[in-house]
Formats: sequence, C-alpha cells, structure tokens
Amino acid sequence: MIKDYFILTFRSLRKRKIRSWLTMIGIFIGIASIVALIGLGEGLRETINSQFGFLGTDILAITASGGLGPPGSGVVDSLTDKELNELKRVKGIEGAAGRIMESVKIVFNKKISFSYAISLPDGDDRKILEHVMTMEAQKGRLLEDGDKNVVFLGSMFFDKDNTFGKIISPGSKVEILGKEFRVIGIMEKKGNPMLDSVVFMNEDDLRNLVDRPKDEYDIIGVRFSESADINKIKQNIEKRLRKIRDVKEGEENFAVETPASMLEQVNSIILGIQIFVYIIAGISILVGGIGIMNTMYTAVVERTKEIGIMKSIGARNSTVFTLFFIESGLLGTVGGIIGTIIGFLAATGLALIGRLILKSELITAYFPMGLIIGAILFSFILGSFFGTLPAIQASKLNPVDALRHTK
Amino acid sequence: MRKDIIIKLENVWKTYLMGEDNYVHALRGVNLEVRKGEFLAIMGPSGSGKSTMVNSVGCLDVPTKGKIYLESHDISKLHESDLAQIRGRMIGFIFQQFNLINTLTALENVMLPMIFQGMIPEERDERARELLEHVGLGDRMHHRPSELSGGQQQRVAIARAIANDPEVILADEPTGNLDSKTGNVVIDYLRKLHKEGKTIIMVTHDSNVAKAAERREYLKDGIIVKSL
Repeated sequence: MIKDYFILTFRSLRKRKIRSWLTMIGIFIGIASIVALIGLGEGLRETINSQFGFLGTDILAITASGGLGPPGSGVVDSLTDKELNELKRVKGIEGAAGRIMESVKIVFNKKISFSYAISLPDGDDRKILEHVMTMEAQKGRLLEDGDKNVVFLGSMFFDKDNTFGKIISPGSKVEILGKEFRVIGIMEKKGNPMLDSVVFMNEDDLRNLVDRPKDEYDIIGVRFSESADINKIKQNIEKRLRKIRDVKEGEENFAVETPASMLEQVNSIILGIQIFVYIIAGISILVGGIGIMNTMYTAVVERTKEIGIMKSIGARNSTVFTLFFIESGLLGTVGGIIGTIIGFLAATGLALIGRLILKSELITAYFPMGLIIGAILFSFILGSFFGTLPAIQASKLNPVDALRHTK
Repeated sequence: MRKDIIIKLENVWKTYLMGEDNYVHALRGVNLEVRKGEFLAIMGPSGSGKSTMVNSVGCLDVPTKGKIYLESHDISKLHESDLAQIRGRMIGFIFQQFNLINTLTALENVMLPMIFQGMIPEERDERARELLEHVGLGDRMHHRPSELSGGQQQRVAIARAIANDPEVILADEPTGNLDSKTGNVVIDYLRKLHKEGKTIIMVTHDSNVAKAAERREYLKDGIIVKSL
C-alpha cells in the first residue's frame, strides 16, 4: 500500500519536475551549508585537539621567555632545578618534571633534515608523560631508564615518503648533531605534524649532545589533581616564580601555559562560529521549508479536481492526507540527501585545496555518521512538517466541490 | 425495505447557502426507489438537481434532510471516511469529463480504486488488464489520458468504474463530451453492464441517450415531476 503511495507521489512530482527541483534547491542549499560547515568545524576541532595532545590536557607547561617560541635559542633565562623544586611545593601540584628541547640536525641516508629533540625524564615522571601524551610504540619499544645513545622517533620517520628517501625503522642508525644514535622505536601516528616529527631521547643523552648544564630546563610540566582550579594554580605558580626571579607582575620572563583552558577557549570560538553558521543555515532551511509549504499549497489547489476524483473512487481522507504528506516528506528528504552530498563534497574539496595550497593540516573535514543521518532525517521531518497543513487541507476537501473545480 | 430495492430516497432535501441568507434548494423532498439490476435514466434541464441527486446516491454528498438507503443501510448520516469506503466498494462513477488522473497510465488509472481497497498487486494488475481488454483498449494500457481520444478515455473510465465490481454504476452525462458515434459505443457498454446484472443510474438531458434505459425519471426544480 505505502509502496503504491510512493509510486503515485513520485509520478506527480515528476510531472512537476521544474517546480519540484526549485523547491528542493531551497532545502539543499541550507542542508549543504550546514553539513559542509559543521564538517569543517569538526575537522578543525579534531585537529586542534590532537595538536594539544602534545602537552597533555591535565598538565600546565611553564616555559622560559614567554610563549612557546623556539626554546633553546639561548637568549632567555632558562628554568632551573631550583625553580623546579620550588614548583613541586606549590599547593595543588602533584608533580613536576623538567624537559629540554633543542632543534637538531639529523643525517640519514646521506640526507639532512632538522627536527626538535625533546628529553624524557627518568623514573615516575617518564611514566606520567607517557600517559598524558598517550605515547605508544607502533614499532620497537618506548625509551626506558638507563637507555643510552638511543632515540625514539615520531611516526613521520617511518613514512616511506620521508625527507630521507628511506624508511627509518628500529635498529637503524641515525646521525644527530654528528653523533650516532640507534633507533629503538617508532611512535604511533598522532596526526600532529610537530609530534610526528619529534626525536625523543633520554635527558642525559640530550644534555651531553647539546651541552646544556644539568640544572637548566626549557619546559617544566606540572601535573595537578583533577579537582584543582587551574587558574588558581596558575596564579600560585606565577607568584612563586616572580618571587624567585625577582620580577614584577606584567614583566615576567616566563610563561605559564594552560593547555586545557586554551583548548576550551579555542573550542568555544569554534562553537561560536558554528552557532552563527547554524543560525544562518537555519534561516535558509526555514525559507526552504516555507518553499515546500508554498509548493504543497499550490499543489493542493492545482490538484483539487484530482483529489475529488480520488475521493469519488474510494480514497479516504487519510489516504489523501498520506499522499500529500509523503510528497512533501519526499521533497524534503531528496533535498536533504542531495544537500548532504553537496555539503560533503564541498567540505572535502575545501579541505583538499587547503592542504595542497596552504599546506595547512588545520583544514580538514570530519563527518561523524550522526551528522549525515541527522541531516537527512532532519530534512525529512522538515518536509513533512511544512507539508502537514497543506495535506490536512487536501484531505478535508469536500468531494463534490473538489470534482466541480476547474483548472 | 423490499429485498429487490437497492437504493431508496426518502424525502431528500439538499439546501445550499449562497451568500448571507440566500438558501437555494437543489432537491426539495425527492422520493425514489431503484430496483437491483435496473437501468434508470434521470432527466431534466440543467439546474434541475440531477447531479445533486446522483452525488447523494453516490455517497459523495450527504443530504440536508431526509434519508438515503443503500442496500438497507442509511447512508445519510455517515462520516466521510465511511462514505469513502462504501463508494469505493459499492459504487462506480462515470463522469462527463472522464476524470482520469493525467499523470497515470490507463492501466494505473484502472488499478487506482483497487489500490484504495487494498487489493494485492498481482491480483489488481491482472484484473485491470482484463478490464481494459474488455473495453477494447488492450493495446493502449500504457498510454496516458492525454494520448487517448475522448471515447477511449471514457472506456478507461468505464473499466475503472467496474474495477471493484460494484453493485451500482452512476453515470453523470457519460456521453456529454462525445460525438454521437462514440457516445453510442459508451451507451452500448452501459447496456452490456446492465445485462450482466449491474444497477445503472444515468443522468442525461439527451432523450435519445435516455432511450437505452428501462425507466426515466424527470426532475425539475429539485423534485421528480414525471416518471416514464
């Protein structure tokens, strides 16, 4: 029965091809823009979240100089062992670990590349860092206490398209700043270009290699209890460091970054943009919906005689209602499906262009299944909703009056 | 009600309100009995209430006053949904304007009443083909109404009218839009249906056409004035 209704509906939509398409354009512009912009927004959010994974979200990072600018450039006052120990005593802090970071020259297969080398501390601090960064080895193993002259590399080195023209795998020997290191493991791909191209080595190795004094750090990571107030801790740290470094408020030669709160800020900006987009697209969809309603009212008037005929040969009110309801639902659904496809293609295309031209990993498209199903379901509901009143009007027509109706 | 009576009108009034208090009486107390298997012609000038009467008998409209019995059921107070059910099953309409659905093929038009009655697809497809063969349109099944002549369209309409094998066929000026030759073909089909035992009520103002009927009722200003 329902199948027959669909066939009947399809016939009458096909008869009014141009009008059906025009009506659907109203829907699919709205749906396409929603799908494309949400897809891009989600992609941006995913990328940013993975970038922040570099520091972990439940730690604070303290850097000398201010900002996350190139550390190890030498001109800033490095953080010291004394400061590290002082920070460990700040209220709310559960642990702190210092790390150094250097830009290094790597030679492999007679080719040269530059990357950041980052130190990993010994003992429990190592475990904590591995945990917050969700570090895992896809090949070989992670670094351990006591490892000497070995490195753990980001996934990019394992890529066959790497800058060395040859895959670096566990067991390979690489030359870093003129010294030979053995590769012990390769990290799982993080999707974050900086993390995927990093060189991890034990702290002693890196200190010896770049000749940094034992009590200097570029970054101090501070872990705090989940219940603690980040901003409060941040203030406490700043107060303590100002005292040690003897600087006034506003003239700090250090910075306290709070990845979690920054992430929240970025996310709230993305959300703000998305809400704005929702509103614009919502208006366009509303207009599209009213377009469906208008088309359906016109269809009812135009097909009054047809309704009369159907009633005279046994169609009940509910049958007539169903026919018109399906028709408007179909207009919405088909519009929604086309809109979703266009939105998907547009966002994917934009992301591709972004990666090719701007070389930015930030522009990616991400489509959760819920978005696609939601968009199509929503357009069906929209079509049906705006078709309800016209369908009721059609079903209530008096058969005699309807039959007398002349076009 | 006697057993052989299929339709009975008892003092049927139909009043329309035109404007604020201008009541127009289309029917003013019509009494009529139609026997099962009878071929009845309802005649009269335009505006005499013929169509109103046929619409009431055909369950398309309910009377303002009076009673209409169809096979001993009083249909004058029924709700639209029940009326739709009754006319789908018991009544077949043939209109002056053919009233086929333009977006559907001849075959689909004939199938439509069966779809509304929930008949299974194979059965109704087979029956619709048979009916179209029966009215001589076996080779036109997949044509749309706009591709058919007036006479052919009316034959599709006849096939559609008998799709659900109804007891009563109501023909409202069935030859009105046809030339006399094709008109005669249509009348021949009605005669044939009558012979097969269907009750036929035909509205016409053409006395030649009315000759096909066994009985003629003349309507004027909403009442039956003469019976032949």
